[in-house]
This record gives sequence, C-alpha cells and structure tokens, in this order.
Amino acid sequence: MLKIEGVYKTFNPGSANEVRALRGVSVTINPGDFVCVLGTNGSGKSTMLNAVAGAFPIDRGQITLHNTDLTKMPEHKRARYIGRVFQNPFSGTAPDMSIAENIALAARRGMKRGLSSALSVKKRAQFTEPVRQLNMDLEGRLDNPIGKLSGGQRQALTLLMATWIKPQLLLLDEHTAALDPKTAARVIELTKQIVEKDRLTTLMVTHSMQQAVNLGNRILMLHNGKIAYDLKESDKKHIRVNDLLALFDEIRRKDQMDESVAQMIKKQYI
Amino acid sequence: MSILIGSITVGLILALLALGVFITFKIFHFPDLTTEGSVTFGAAIAAALIIKGYSPALATLIAFFGGCLAGLVTGILHAVFKLNGLLSGILVMTALYSVNLHVMGKSNIPLLSEPTVISHFERYAAAGEEVNILGWLVPQKDLFILGFILLFTALTGTLLNAFFKTNLGVAMRAAGNNAQMIRALGANTKAYMIFCIALSNGLIALSGSLLAQFQGFADVQMGIGMVVWGLASVIIGEALINTKSVGFLIFGAVMGSVLFRLLVAIALQWGMNPNDLKLITAVFVFIALILPGLLTRLENRKKLKKLEYAED
Ligand SMILES: Nc1ncnc2c1ncn2[C@@H]1O[C@H](COP(=O)(O)OP(=O)(O)O)[C@@H](O)[C@H]1O
Ligand SMILES: [Mg+2]
Repeated sequence: MLKIEGVYKTFNPGSANEVRALRGVSVTINPGDFVCVLGTNGSGKSTMLNAVAGAFPIDRGQITLHNTDLTKMPEHKRARYIGRVFQNPFSGTAPDMSIAENIALAARRGMKRGLSSALSVKKRAQFTEPVRQLNMDLEGRLDNPIGKLSGGQRQALTLLMATWIKPQLLLLDEHTAALDPKTAARVIELTKQIVEKDRLTTLMVTHSMQQAVNLGNRILMLHNGKIAYDLKESDKKHIRVNDLLALFDEIRRKDQMDESVAQMIKKQYI
Repeated sequence: MSILIGSITVGLILALLALGVFITFKIFHFPDLTTEGSVTFGAAIAAALIIKGYSPALATLIAFFGGCLAGLVTGILHAVFKLNGLLSGILVMTALYSVNLHVMGKSNIPLLSEPTVISHFERYAAAGEEVNILGWLVPQKDLFILGFILLFTALTGTLLNAFFKTNLGVAMRAAGNNAQMIRALGANTKAYMIFCIALSNGLIALSGSLLAQFQGFADVQMGIGMVVWGLASVIIGEALINTKSVGFLIFGAVMGSVLFRLLVAIALQWGMNPNDLKLITAVFVFIALILPGLLTRLENRKKLKKLEYAED
C-alpha cells in the first residue's frame, strides 16, 4: 500500500521561476491497484511520481510504502521497492552497454552488487526467454548495444527490466508518449500483460484518455499540483472518454472562474 | 634499438596512467586534472620512502594508495560538494604541488644509486650480457625490465577488465553511461564516481612512481602535460580498436600509450625540438577530438547531396 500524505514540492523557491508543482497531494493506493494518472501539462504528474521515486526531497508531507517510510530515503535505496519507466526512451537504459548487460543490471535492482561476474553463462541463459516473449526479435541480439535499438524496443526492454525483480510499486511516466501510435499500442499491451500477470501495484501517467479508460481500476486527475478527481473501481468501470473530457472542461471552467474572481478582487483592492 | 626498448618500456609505464585517464574520461566523461598532481604525488611518495630505506615494492604500493587518496578528495569535491569537475581537479592538483614539495623535501630526488623495483629486476639479468634481436645487440637487463613492466601492465589491464565485468563494475560503467537509469536500479552513483576517480588516480600515481624509479629521479614538475598525454593515448587506442567493448578499449589504451611514446621517440630522433613536444601533443589531441564530429558532418553532407540528386 502506497500512502502519499500532504506532499508539497516547490521548485526554485523564492526565485522568479518559482513553481509550486505539488500543493498538498494526499492519496492512498491499495496493493494491486493499477492507477492511471491524468492531468494537463504541468499539473504535477511527473513531479508526483518523482517524489515517490525520490528524485528530489519533498518540502512537506510523508510517503510510505507497506509501512516503510520512504520520505527521507535516498533515491537509490527506494529502488529496492520501486520499478520505473520514463517518458524518454533514452532515460531507462544505458545506451553504450549491451542488452544483456542492461538486463544484468536490472536483475540486481536494489541488491548488493559485488565482484561476481555480471554475465555468467548461466545468468545469460535466463535472459533469452523473457526477451523472446517481448516479440521484438531481440533475443538474438543480446550482445548489441541498446543505443542502436528503436525507441519502442528500448521502452519494451525498460519495462521488462523495471519488473525483472517484482517491484512493490511500478511507476510509468508517459512511457509511450514518445512512440509512434503502433509501437505505443504494443508497449501498452505489454504493460497490461506484465502488470496483470503479477498484479503489480502501478501508477501510470498517460496523456491518452483512451488508455485511461481501457486500463486499470482507478483514475487520478491532477490539476495545479492537487488531486482534482479520484475515480475508484465502481466509478471507473462505467467511465468513457467523453466523461473524462467533461471533467477536464469542468476543471477548466472552475479555473476561469477563479481567474475572474481573482480579477474582481484585484480591481477592488488595488 | 636500445632507444626503442626504452620507449616501449616508458610507454608501458605510462599505459597505467592511460588506464587511469580511461576510467575517468571514457567511463565518466570526466576530464580529471588531478592527474597532473597525482603522477608527481606517486613519484614523490615512492622516492621519499625509498631514500628513507623502505622496500621499493612497499613504497610503490603506498604511492598507489596516495594517488587513491588524492582522487578521493577530487571525487568528494565534485560529487558531494557539487563543484564543477574541472575545478575540483584544478584545486586538488594545485594543492598537491605543495604536498609534493613537502613529501620530497626538495624539488628533485635522484634515485640512481637507490634500490628500486626496476633495479630489483635488473639483478636477474647477467651484467653486461647482450642479446641479439634481429641483428641488434640489446643489453639483457633492458629486456628484463621491459618484460617486468609488460607483465605488470598486462596484469593491471586484465584485472581492470575483469573488474568492469563484475556486477559492481558493470554498474559503475552504467553510472557513467546513464546515471539516472542506474540510480533507478538502486546504485549509489555518487559513491561509484568517487570510487572510480580514486582508483583512476591510484593507477596514475602508480605510473608516476614506476616512471621515477625507471628514469632514476622524481621531479616536482614531472606531472605537467600528463593529462593530455593520457588523453592522447586513450584516443589513439580507441581509434586503433574501434569498438565499445571495455576489454578492447583497455587494451587499446595500453597500445595507444606505447604507440604514442614510439611516435614521440621517432619524432625526436628526426630532430623535433623537445620544447615543442607538449604543443604538438595538445594540437594532436585537439584534432583527434574534433575529427569524428567533422567526419560525420562531411558524410552527412555527402548523403544529402545524393538525396538531392535522387530527386532530380
Ligand atoms: N526539476 C524541476 N525544476 C524546476 N521546475 C520543475 C522541475 N520539474 C518540474 N518542474 C515544473 O513543475 C511543474 C509540474 O511539472 P510536471 O510534474 O513535470 O508536470 P506534468 O504533469 O506535465 O508531468 C511544471 O511547471 C514544471 O515546469
Ligand atoms: Mg510529465
């Protein structure tokens, strides 16, 4: 169970480009939940995931995962519990290293790395089958540098690597946004398979409402660094793309109202 | 022929320095100026201990750890205090200059009459005996020294290669290749970087200590230009090998160092002014660094032209 409680994060505080990216986010994700995170650009989706992953310290609040307090834990220690796939296909793999070496790195996610051989014959043999199941013709190219692969192939591998050791939490940040539609569909299909097979607790940021409708059992909608809507199991089941669009419109309307209210106040007081 | 053997020997000694530069520059893309100080630091430690009567082997080992310590400081300045990488190196290099003078007590320590690891191996050769290689007469002791250094450098290269293929070593390479990725997989990239900079400078100091023992003196100025020298070796090695596999790159760095030393020896024989050596090395490294970029740009232009013709 992931518990995010009253989390605040401001970037560049006190400077001209101060951004209040998270403004009191609280949410509890149950084990086995597959949550789609929606929200306009800059609403704080990535920041929320990065706060959980520990990319930066948060200003206020608490993050716990299965009773382990993550709030002060450095990023590399949280990796024991958390698997991640990034939006940028270049972020999740080491380009100059071979597919096999990359997998070997992932096969020890969060574990001690010692002086035993990273690529023993026995270990290598275990890599082939899961890679074959990606259906991307990569099983024969384990010794090729990952940098030579397409974005879709790299994202598929990153997904495989993030879940090589079953994580207590899987964080996917628009991991198909940089791919062409056909490849994106393949990677989404793969995501579904992997998440469902092990019933992984998953937070998936997406900009595709269709994906949010089709996948998972819960939708979080972020706005201005807060959770605007939280659609759980029963609500989520019946939701359609149009309903989501309506919610977005509502958010926008509220925003405009805020804007006009703000202007009114300005007129009166300044 | 004797000059040739001597050049190869020095090339192999400096190959240890090239391996150090390889670790920081190729694996972490970190041009580490500490090198200039730690070459001398290694030489200074070894020389000072040897004239105090310590065993040369122990003195050499302590020189290695001295270099590690210097690298550790640079690594901490850079990774923990977030100082710019070049600046971290410059600070430690500058500080080392004073440290080296303190260690040596003067600016030059002659070692010619002292026992060294080199003289230790010399003893195995029959004095005055010469060996005939392809019609050239070579002092047997020169060959023994070459053999020892060759073995030592080969062993170091092999160990380094083995290390970079362990779970820890692969993760360290990944930390240089994509830090975000390996952090997400649970590696402390800062610690890795500090460790690698320390190891690198250890090798560089080791190289300096052997160089001092081979040439028969340690001098406080001997580190000047050594970064560029190491870069040249690594770059030549990369060009020779043309692959990304660590094992081959390590081998390439060693070969690059030997080849570069030979080229310099030949140029000096042909009458190149020794004062120009560092200028020419710097120009060479500059060209080698920009050449790949230029070549791809040229190639792209050619491809573009073909495309345009195809549309006509
Ligand atoms: N590391 C950072 N430094 C400064 N500003 C940041 C940083 N990361 C995100 N932001 C800002 O925080 C806000 C929220 O960003 P983000 O969480 O990436 O939004 P999104 O919902 O599109 O993923 C944006 O205004 C963004 O510019
Ligand atoms: Mg984002």
